[in-house]
Amino acid sequence: MARHSSAMPADFSWIRAEPHGIHIAPAGCWIDPSRPVPRALVTHGHGDHARGGHGETIATPATLAIMELRYATRDGATPVEYGETVRLGGEVDATFIPAGHVLGSAQILLEHAGERVIVTGDYKRRADPTCPPFEVTACDVLVTEATFGLPVFCHPPVEQEIGKLTKALRDHPDRCVLVGAYALGKAQRLIAELRAAGHHAPIYLHGAMERMCQLYEDFGVGLGELRLVADHSKDDLRGAIVVCPPGALNDRWSRRLPEPITAMASGWMRVRQRARQRNVELPLVVSDHADWGELTRTIEEVNPAETWITHGREEALLRWCQLHQRRARALALVGYEDEDD
Amino acid sequence: MEEFAALVDALVYTRSRNEKLRLIAEYLRETPDPDRGWALAALTDCLSFAAVKGSTIRNLMMERVDPVLWVLSRDFVGDTAETASLLWPEPEGDVSAPPSVTEAVDSLGRMTRVSVMSELPRLLDRLDANGRFALIKLATGGMRIGVSARLAKTAFGQAFEVAVEDVEEYWHGLQPPYEALFAWAAEGAAPPDSGDVPLFRPFMLAHPLEDAVVDLADYVAEWKWDGIRVQIVHAGGETRLYSRTGDDISGSFPEMAGALTFPAVLDGELLVRGSHQGGETGGAASFNALQQRLGRKTVSARMLVDYPAFVRLYDVLIIEGEDLRERPWNERRARLEALIPRLPPERFDLSAVVEAEHFEHLAEIRASARDDAIEGLMLKRRDSPYVAGRKTGLWYKWKRDPLLVDCVLMYAQRGNGKRSSFYSDYTFGCWDGDPAAGAELLPVGKAYFGFTDEELKQIDRYVRNHTVNRFGPVRETDRSLVFEVAFDSVHASKRHKSGLAMRFPRISRIRWDKPAEEADHIEALRALIRD
Repeated sequence: MARHSSAMPADFSWIRAEPHGIHIAPAGCWIDPSRPVPRALVTHGHGDHARGGHGETIATPATLAIMELRYATRDGATPVEYGETVRLGGEVDATFIPAGHVLGSAQILLEHAGERVIVTGDYKRRADPTCPPFEVTACDVLVTEATFGLPVFCHPPVEQEIGKLTKALRDHPDRCVLVGAYALGKAQRLIAELRAAGHHAPIYLHGAMERMCQLYEDFGVGLGELRLVADHSKDDLRGAIVVCPPGALNDRWSRRLPEPITAMASGWMRVRQRARQRNVELPLVVSDHADWGELTRTIEEVNPAETWITHGREEALLRWCQLHQRRARALALVGYEDEDD
Repeated sequence: MEEFAALVDALVYTRSRNEKLRLIAEYLRETPDPDRGWALAALTDCLSFAAVKGSTIRNLMMERVDPVLWVLSRDFVGDTAETASLLWPEPEGDVSAPPSVTEAVDSLGRMTRVSVMSELPRLLDRLDANGRFALIKLATGGMRIGVSARLAKTAFGQAFEVAVEDVEEYWHGLQPPYEALFAWAAEGAAPPDSGDVPLFRPFMLAHPLEDAVVDLADYVAEWKWDGIRVQIVHAGGETRLYSRTGDDISGSFPEMAGALTFPAVLDGELLVRGSHQGGETGGAASFNALQQRLGRKTVSARMLVDYPAFVRLYDVLIIEGEDLRERPWNERRARLEALIPRLPPERFDLSAVVEAEHFEHLAEIRASARDDAIEGLMLKRRDSPYVAGRKTGLWYKWKRDPLLVDCVLMYAQRGNGKRSSFYSDYTFGCWDGDPAAGAELLPVGKAYFGFTDEELKQIDRYVRNHTVNRFGPVRETDRSLVFEVAFDSVHASKRHKSGLAMRFPRISRIRWDKPAEEADHIEALRALIRD
């Protein structure tokens, strides 16, 4: 698959993994840099990928809106639609392709001198009512995430986990179920999945969730009736679902709730001790990342000449590539760890 | 098996004791025999299957997954059963319905070291990940899901509205799946026949005396020895030693096995020979010495010589078929005293009655007990029958006043259950020298009770405002708050950096007023060691 132009340096030396991000030297650009740079391409709005302070930020309109909400800055924002190709200069083209991770999330296809490199950012392969699905795109080098890169991770169907949540609600009509969910993406997906499952009662939000939910609504993702916990009494919350950031689960904030059943929506909940460490009583295995099966299937379907593995459990995925005679290497990028997914 | 797996899973995530009781009770009520009996045996670690070992699971997995991926996964998950349950390849094509607990137990019981490699996979193929986890835990023993035998018995009592003391007594003679026990509790059948086996009988326990005063005409005083309360039982040619919780600890104390040779149930304190408690004539070592002997599966000859165990007798429940539990203490005491000449003196003696003219005199005697490292006094109504559990007014424990030390709060950890958002578990330290000369604090203990709910809120706020470091659920504080810590005794310990370990430490007062530099030095604590 790899086609090297004789005029250009071979072995994809135009794209390099540096500790603080992926550097595209001919274009003077960085992908998801963890410190301010003059020119950044951003795959999605999560804090470990999107940071403020860049000179120019190239991303999808939704990602830019999310960054504006979080960093209150829109300087140098260059929006790119899915499927649109932008010329970065230095004969490098970039195309944003849906990654299915959260609203606005994109894989970035980079083309230079006949070589195609895809940086997936974070992604998943399962359906998500809040964002378009991952598109399999051919390339020479696939730079893949590996957050859940261990064969023990197999996310169950989301309907099953939503079922656990609504059952807990029915079993304890005098209590509330407090769900810890990442404020960007997980919370809105969970709410949208609850609506799809026929749960139309008002859902109560921690204050930190409000504006992001509004942003999703503005981008056309319907979330039904949402209310703020702060506006309601303890009794109003009996029999209701309350969504908060994971950090608020054991916080003083939760004292205002009626005997909450502590739930958390995260891929890490697959492992019992992880759930126990966070004092979670009702673990919901809902993830916005690819599980082991999705990661390996994606490598097979994209079928790149080489796979570069980043942020997560690189070792096991590297081993899998080795067992399946695929060229692969692990990149050492700093700053990526998704404990809250 | 699905219901059992769901129960195991729910118990893993439930921290509240009441909720655990409710879950187990509900399962026991709704599950038919013999499944519920086998499940109960599994929860209380009463099942074992010779053919299935921890290594069996690993070997099965090695045939199915890449060894490198296995090791990486096992390291991340931290539990072999769970890793295997998650990595087990889903079978292709149709599989038969999940086995019942009974079918699984029968099948596991028939397996040999050879057949297990083909038969266990067939069971695992019929289960989902949660089912596989429960099956592997059941097969390899050691559920470790926070269910003690006592909790299971309490849940059983709750499920069928029977007294937990009765459950304890009847349970002990039975083998899984305990059908006679369920028939008695659930269907009102006659209690199971205990027969001629060395059964455990529930202990009679005492309330704290607090500020009450009793008349010594009605009550008799005994020392409260600092060992472990045991029951020694001989029946059907066999002797067993039971702990307070009804656990059979005979294996750790083989010297006691041959010491009782006639049918009897005796109550006493297990101690090690020494001179710390009651001086040379008292003949008992400190609790620390006894600790060397606790929890051992095999006991070396050296141990038996260095730490010889004996039982200091308090009471007699049954003697040669005669149940004395309904008789008054006076009468049982006379029977016990008459029994002493029949027992080997190196393994038994009698807990002496403490003679005092009146209550004030007794208080003086108790005050002097500090030097003898005795836990305090017991006060027993002279006419008290031997009844299981704590009955008001019959027996009191009158512990000596606690020792006190001023310590500095070093770390705080978030609690569980209703305290889950509060920093309620405290690690505190004493100075290893003069703080003005640069001495450091060394942790000396941990406590999580002794304060009111209102004080808890105040300490929680203090911790949040004085945090210098965070380690997961733990916060390190700036070491500025002083606690007055009460404790019963302090012992030398190699396990702690400070070289000592407190018994029953609790927060006695919060010294908001006291500067941290004025907290106690570790030398003050060391001086209290009586090992």
